[in-house]
Amino acid sequence: MAPAIEVRSLSRVFSGRGNTLALDNVDLTVEEGELFGLLGPNGAGKTTLIKILCTLLLPSSGTASVLGHDVDADAKQIRKRINMVSGGEISGYGLLTIRENLWMFTQFYGVPGKVARERIDSLLEAFGLQDKADAKLRTVSTGQRQKMNIIRGFATDPELIFLDEPTLGLDVSTSIAIRNYLREWVRERSGRTMLLTTHYMREAEELCDRVAIIDRGRIVAVDTPAGLKRRVGSGSSFLIETTPFDPEPMRSLPGMRGMTARPADGHMNIRMVLDDESVIADVISSIVSSGARVIGLSKNEPTLEDAFMHLVGRGLE
Amino acid sequence: MSDWALNLRAGMARAYARTVGATREPSWVVFDVLLPLLGVAAYIYYYRALGASPAFEGFVVLGGAMTAFWLNVLWGMAAQLYWEREVGNLQLFMVAPMSRMALLAGMALGGLFTSAVRALSTLVLGTLIFQVHMSVEDPLALAAVFSLTMLAVYGMGMVLSSLFLMYGRDAWNISNLMQEPVYLVSGFYFPVRELGLGVSALATLIPVTLGLDAMRQLLFGAASQGLLPVWLEASMLAVQAAAFFLLARFSLDRMEQRGRREGRLTLRWQ
Repeated sequence: MAPAIEVRSLSRVFSGRGNTLALDNVDLTVEEGELFGLLGPNGAGKTTLIKILCTLLLPSSGTASVLGHDVDADAKQIRKRINMVSGGEISGYGLLTIRENLWMFTQFYGVPGKVARERIDSLLEAFGLQDKADAKLRTVSTGQRQKMNIIRGFATDPELIFLDEPTLGLDVSTSIAIRNYLREWVRERSGRTMLLTTHYMREAEELCDRVAIIDRGRIVAVDTPAGLKRRVGSGSSFLIETTPFDPEPMRSLPGMRGMTARPADGHMNIRMVLDDESVIADVISSIVSSGARVIGLSKNEPTLEDAFMHLVGRGLE
Repeated sequence: MSDWALNLRAGMARAYARTVGATREPSWVVFDVLLPLLGVAAYIYYYRALGASPAFEGFVVLGGAMTAFWLNVLWGMAAQLYWEREVGNLQLFMVAPMSRMALLAGMALGGLFTSAVRALSTLVLGTLIFQVHMSVEDPLALAAVFSLTMLAVYGMGMVLSSLFLMYGRDAWNISNLMQEPVYLVSGFYFPVRELGLGVSALATLIPVTLGLDAMRQLLFGAASQGLLPVWLEASMLAVQAAAFFLLARFSLDRMEQRGRREGRLTLRWQ
């Protein structure tokens, strides 16, 4: 069985004021039936990769095939079988209702009218949007609009769907509803594949069978969320609470694999991954010599965020 | 599903969106009915002041009506892919498997609704208010010429839309260039023959020139000072329609491929 997505030595350069290398020699395979995550910070190349796979962009070099078809030569064959949803997307027409917008987009894929209407009704119900079905798009909230966008992606019943930051900027309850649907969609339909980009660690950890960590256009690692966490090793993930200070110099401490620092309630929460726990003594010395005070220290089981820091050397934010 | 059926569904859906959208915000009717009449009135009073033949008043009403379609081609169709990119729809259109021509045909069909309201109101009100006399002796020929003109003009709009797809704001200048100057060189308000043979011959490259000239001949007879025989102008329109559609297909494919290569299908503000 051919993989759903196969990418080999793929690079993409954007010309402009100086060339920008958005993807650098990427190799990636996504199997049919997988819920696959691309995890990386803004500007890592996630959206560029999705746009190439969706046939909106051409690679500068290398090859990419989707459902057995080359993205350059067989774009039309791919388009019949995929769909794409972007977070924060502004699509559709404000004067049309949600139902009318959804119907219009299904027609662009040739979905027969009766099938389209039934599918739209069922999806509106699944996303709790049936009350707003006949509201003009320009009158609904951002969350409702994003739900409509996600319904638009599924209403054509694609074999492979690309979701680019689908819960970006949404409230917690809307995000949970969307994640639940995404999980069920892949599990309940044999042979359906989903490629999801996110910079929410929890989303990747909860949803994905496998995750590729992408940074500065390169795939740094591909594994299951559990496999990625195992790479960190136990006993080397710490959370330290301190009084405010500039923690940046600590990045160069020997044995420091990665670190994120976030201010919170007048304190500083520093999450770090170390080569081993003996390094913590140097970390504390560094904090104290900076004039700050350690308020709390805990050793944690590694999370996907720790795995990301371990591999990339910094956090996502 | 065959490509033909897919494209038909896609085109009808896009036409539906534009037509229904227009009915939900009907304020445009006021502007599209009243404002063109003011322009028509200005030309008519100008001709009356000069003591021109009454047929010229008919030319103005006909030209005023056809303006609706020309503006729709330039701004409602050619520029539409640019607007769709600005509002975020273009990439969804491009990911879909339908033909781009089906999408544009749907836009044209939907746009015809509002254009037809404007054109008909100009024609009917202009005729009634200014007591313009037209005689439709061969309605079939008139319908045929009008249909061929629409096909050729909207085919030209599809070619222009491929330029907008690629060049965005730069293509804006082309559309501006093709608005007011075309009123002049295509003879929207006077017989195009008045511009001399050379300019008239060049102007026939724009289908609306031929369409207007042929319709003037069919409605106003000898007073219209026709450029070429109606049958020849109709034949040229048919050739132009076919040529523009072929060119549009080639150009849209080429511009889409170039847009994919240069990343212009998804970027806004270009």
